[in-house]
Amino acid sequence: MAEYKWPEEGKRQHLGKRISRLDGPVKVSGKAKYSYDINRPGMLFGKILRSPHAHAKVVSIDISAAEKMPGVKAVKIINGPGFEIQWAGQELVALAAVDEPTAEDALRAIKVQYEKLPHLVNEADLSKVPASNLRPASTNATGDVAKAFQEADVVVEGFYGNDVITHCCLESHGLVTEWTDSNNVMIHPSTQSVSTVHNDLARELKLPAGNIHTHMDHIGGGFGSKFQIDLWGIEMTKVSQMAGGKPVKYFLDRDAEVMIAGSRPSAYAKVKVAAKKDGTITAWESDAWGSGGMGNIGSPPYPYVWTRIPNIKTKFQAVNTNVGPQRAWRAPNHPQAALITMGALEDLAAELKMDPLEFFLKNIELTGVRANTYRDELLKAAEMIEWKKNWRQRGEGGPGSTKTVKRGLGLSIHTWGGQPHNSDCDVIINPDGSVEVKMGTQDLGVGTRTALAIVAAESLGLPLNAIKVTIGDNRLPVSGASGGSTTIGGISSSTRRGSIDALNTLFEKVAPAMNTTPDKLEAVGGKIQVIGDATKSLTWKQACAKLGTQPITARGKQPGKEQLASAGVGGVQMADVSVDIETGIVKMNKFVAVQDCGLIIDLKTAESQVFGAMIMGVTYSLYEEKVMDDQTGRMLNANMEFYRLAGLRDIGEFQVHMMTGKGYDERGPIGLGEPPTNSPGAAIANAVANAIGVRVSTLPLTPDRVLAALAKKGGKG
Amino acid sequence: MHKFEYASPTTKEQAVALLGKSWGETEALAGGTDLLSLLKDYLVTPKRVVNLKGIKELSSVLTPRDGSARIGALASIEAVRDLGRGFAALSQAAAGITSPQIRNMGTVGGDLCQRPRCWYFRSGFGLLAKDESGNALVPNGDNRYHAILGNDGEAKFVNPSSLAPAFIALNAKIKIFGPAGEREVEAAKFFVTPKSASEREYALQPNEIVTMIHVPSTLGVRSATYEVRQREVLDWPLAAASVALTLDASKKVKTARIVLGHVAPVPWVAEEAAQSLIGKTISEDAAAEAGRLAVANAHALSRNAYKIQLASVAVKRAILQAVS
Amino acid sequence: MSSSDERHDNPQADQAGVSRRNFLKGTSVALTVPLIAQSEKVVKAAGADVPVYGPDKVNITLTVNGAAKTASVEPRVTLLDTLRNELDTTGAKRVCDRATCGACTVLMDGKPVYSCTVLAIEAQGHKIETVESLEQNGKLHPVQQAFWDNDAQQCGFCTPGFVMACKALLDEHPTPTDEQIKLGLGGNLCRCGTYHGIKGAVAQASAGMKKLKGGKRNG
Repeated sequence: MAEYKWPEEGKRQHLGKRISRLDGPVKVSGKAKYSYDINRPGMLFGKILRSPHAHAKVVSIDISAAEKMPGVKAVKIINGPGFEIQWAGQELVALAAVDEPTAEDALRAIKVQYEKLPHLVNEADLSKVPASNLRPASTNATGDVAKAFQEADVVVEGFYGNDVITHCCLESHGLVTEWTDSNNVMIHPSTQSVSTVHNDLARELKLPAGNIHTHMDHIGGGFGSKFQIDLWGIEMTKVSQMAGGKPVKYFLDRDAEVMIAGSRPSAYAKVKVAAKKDGTITAWESDAWGSGGMGNIGSPPYPYVWTRIPNIKTKFQAVNTNVGPQRAWRAPNHPQAALITMGALEDLAAELKMDPLEFFLKNIELTGVRANTYRDELLKAAEMIEWKKNWRQRGEGGPGSTKTVKRGLGLSIHTWGGQPHNSDCDVIINPDGSVEVKMGTQDLGVGTRTALAIVAAESLGLPLNAIKVTIGDNRLPVSGASGGSTTIGGISSSTRRGSIDALNTLFEKVAPAMNTTPDKLEAVGGKIQVIGDATKSLTWKQACAKLGTQPITARGKQPGKEQLASAGVGGVQMADVSVDIETGIVKMNKFVAVQDCGLIIDLKTAESQVFGAMIMGVTYSLYEEKVMDDQTGRMLNANMEFYRLAGLRDIGEFQVHMMTGKGYDERGPIGLGEPPTNSPGAAIANAVANAIGVRVSTLPLTPDRVLAALAKKGGKG
Repeated sequence: MHKFEYASPTTKEQAVALLGKSWGETEALAGGTDLLSLLKDYLVTPKRVVNLKGIKELSSVLTPRDGSARIGALASIEAVRDLGRGFAALSQAAAGITSPQIRNMGTVGGDLCQRPRCWYFRSGFGLLAKDESGNALVPNGDNRYHAILGNDGEAKFVNPSSLAPAFIALNAKIKIFGPAGEREVEAAKFFVTPKSASEREYALQPNEIVTMIHVPSTLGVRSATYEVRQREVLDWPLAAASVALTLDASKKVKTARIVLGHVAPVPWVAEEAAQSLIGKTISEDAAAEAGRLAVANAHALSRNAYKIQLASVAVKRAILQAVS
Repeated sequence: MSSSDERHDNPQADQAGVSRRNFLKGTSVALTVPLIAQSEKVVKAAGADVPVYGPDKVNITLTVNGAAKTASVEPRVTLLDTLRNELDTTGAKRVCDRATCGACTVLMDGKPVYSCTVLAIEAQGHKIETVESLEQNGKLHPVQQAFWDNDAQQCGFCTPGFVMACKALLDEHPTPTDEQIKLGLGGNLCRCGTYHGIKGAVAQASAGMKKLKGGKRNG
């Protein structure tokens, strides 16, 4: 009988190889239909009127002119008179019309009177935040911090921060929604949760959950911001109902997308750290705050990774701001915690005149259970970036520095959980030998489809193109939302179990014909054969023909028998930057990552995940900032012109090394989407400090901030 | 975008006849790279859009042997990038627009007539950026990208043109066609600082169009443009400078023009800085001194003092680049 | 760089489960139809009768991927929205809608443009090529193959625009220098962070396109 446990290295046909993603051809050819691309007969176009004010009361709304316009099919007030608007861009009226220009004309025909109220949209300067916007502080303490600071040889204090950034998914949030009859709804959303996104809609519409059919083939980015049906999903479905059930397409315009469809909370902290002369870290104290809009947010984990510093005292306070609400942004809280923790520790190393690599290695046991992983990864990364050759004391400028361009190196370490989510998978072996894998999951561009095919093909001893993968529909076996790096562990475990169960059933069917028992059979190289005896075999097709008319369907589950996936990874990143000290412009020279993620299913797409996270990291380190205007309460860069993303040539040279083999593979697959996003801000900010000899406190590291830090340093002498 | 009617005339006479007599009635469409955004954001709401691209005579680029150039207003920015060595300041400015899509679509005339990128203007608060009560938003607002020179009036935006500083540095003249026929203005005088939100930033009448830019002989001229941009991908410069120099036989500066971009409501001619180079051999020190003089009268708003440094560096680097 | 990679020849096709065949509002017509819109109004300008179109819907004819397509749109409608909403040609994506991100890139007379920023009515008489035109007889174009081989796409939403910009770059410069890459791909943005793969794809496609060109007449 075939076993669940993953095959040993050397016996793997597909697992861990570099395999091109299955949906590559439809994506490069433009054939891939994203939900935004769905066009339906008689389809209407939806629009939503949004508040221009950050804080206001709705006094009146007049939709009569819009309703009368030819081509307008339905107008619905979402938030009417008396409603208190809490951020610019909040929804007031939804409508649908025969085409988009008509819908837009109708939107502009709506008249709203507002009573403006005072707003707060920036919180970096805590002294300017009214008490009424402060949420209760949470505190934590271990050891005796006061005593530790008193006894320390070196104490460093600093301020570190990270402004709010947005998800800026290229496919904006939205859906195509229609009533297929008076009781049934079909939605094509852009979602990270195909199997569950309809539940809130069903509740809201008072429909049985089974009456809503969800389908999505491809999604143009999510990054944690696309789990819910969202207010517009509900309202547009109601608008469709008002319009006789006609399909309505509604996707957010870019300004709304970056204003209100998700952001990563800000994080600011005053940090005090202490060490002995020999570099042993003894104490951490942080006073931190941040905002994710009006809702509460939890504290980033301070100190990050270095949880076994003996004396720790932390305080965190969330600030309410009149800004579009935060959503999970790739590894919630970790990038901010990494920036602030690794920044303070790098400053401490600089004060000690220690090489931060040596300093990290010396203290590595303070990271706890993953100390050995970090040690191995630090040494590997140091080799890749030639740390010993290229690192210089802070402010000296690395090799190749000139009068105006200074080079520097910086590092950071990070962690993430990534435990497998729940997942059901149907593996079907048909009498004609074809194999199907069916699952209500989604491929966010991380290679989920490909991973399903790899696991099934590996388990059944078949080539990849023998597997047909069907995902993206809530009528398929339920699998979890793709968030928290939980997908790969979940979907690979359920597919493995389903494939093995199906295979064992096939063994039972064919064993008698092969004059043997099922436990003596194996599936290798497209054949079913007696273990170790290739002369006694059937081709896969011959074997399946023995099924008669009845296919085998096996439902694999996660969780299930035997643990196939686990959680908890460590990673290290090191950045090599150049800073033009006359202009304050930072350029990436080289950026390396060493990452652990347990057993790798597809090395090619796994590496792409790390490259992608690092590039997103360069972008948030150097360019991204949601610019909120104190006076008008508006986002001033609600576009892609001044909400800057890095381009092809802004990233420098990249190298990724995946930790594999003994000590890693046996833990099974562990999610990878999030961990490598955590360190870039810290590594790059530390590299800049190393290059120019002064800390630039807040991300993004824009020219104005770099020059201001340099001027401050100059002033100090 | 509001509904509009559309016409695509084939002669400049037809075009100006189709344009309205007051701003706002009609808009001229060239490359569209700015106009379409303005339309989509309701910053202009014309009843008619007049497409100029049907006027074939306006897209030619002539570079006679005397080192001059006659650049049709509808020539693409990409065509300007291909001009020869004498026009380095221009081609470098064009190459600063790293998007091939913009260089293919965008026209020279359109680059000169594009509207400011001030984010208050683009958010609908008017060219002079005022709230409903008439309070100016820029002085106390987020003015990190606003003007550091020529900002003592109500206009605090910066002129966004990539090519204008280079044209001005090269002493170009701009040919304009209107109902009264053709006229010509110096490139430097084409740009104006509006006093009210209903004015425009250039010296055109609503029913006039730019037809051609004439760059006089560039024989012996060493020119360059240096832009301070954060990214290599399409990005607006934080500051830019174009310079044009002529040197005598002993490599001393005979004539000099220095023009700053993205620092003032108009492309900013730095006269004193240019004068400081006359009679000197270009050196790092001489270039740095010109850079300092170029921003001597700069006045920072609350958040853009760093731009003074950037402008000064841009001047220095443009001068050094011109003679390298 | 991909020679050792496994490839899969049976990509998962879309499984929308929904019929789109009734959707097409635009229709193909013979290429002999004059490529200009019908106007209902004429304005006397400088002694000539100049046709004026709109502001209501106008019948237009576009040449898309070699076929003449008609649609009825107002002059204010962009080429991108016409391709996507009227002709169901959805390869080009709407992302920034303000001539910045490049996801809507198509070729117009062989040159890359932002289709979000071209009026459909002014695109008449020009040759429009979208990403859908590149695959021939089921065979990916070398640029597309290179994007696949180098995993130069994740979510894939920026990919069609990048592929078109890349094709235009390599058509003009089969062996691009760093500076040419900077100026050829500086008008497109990706959010997932696929630039490392795109760099590899440019290198591979450059070699592939040279081969393709060598076999044909000088392109």
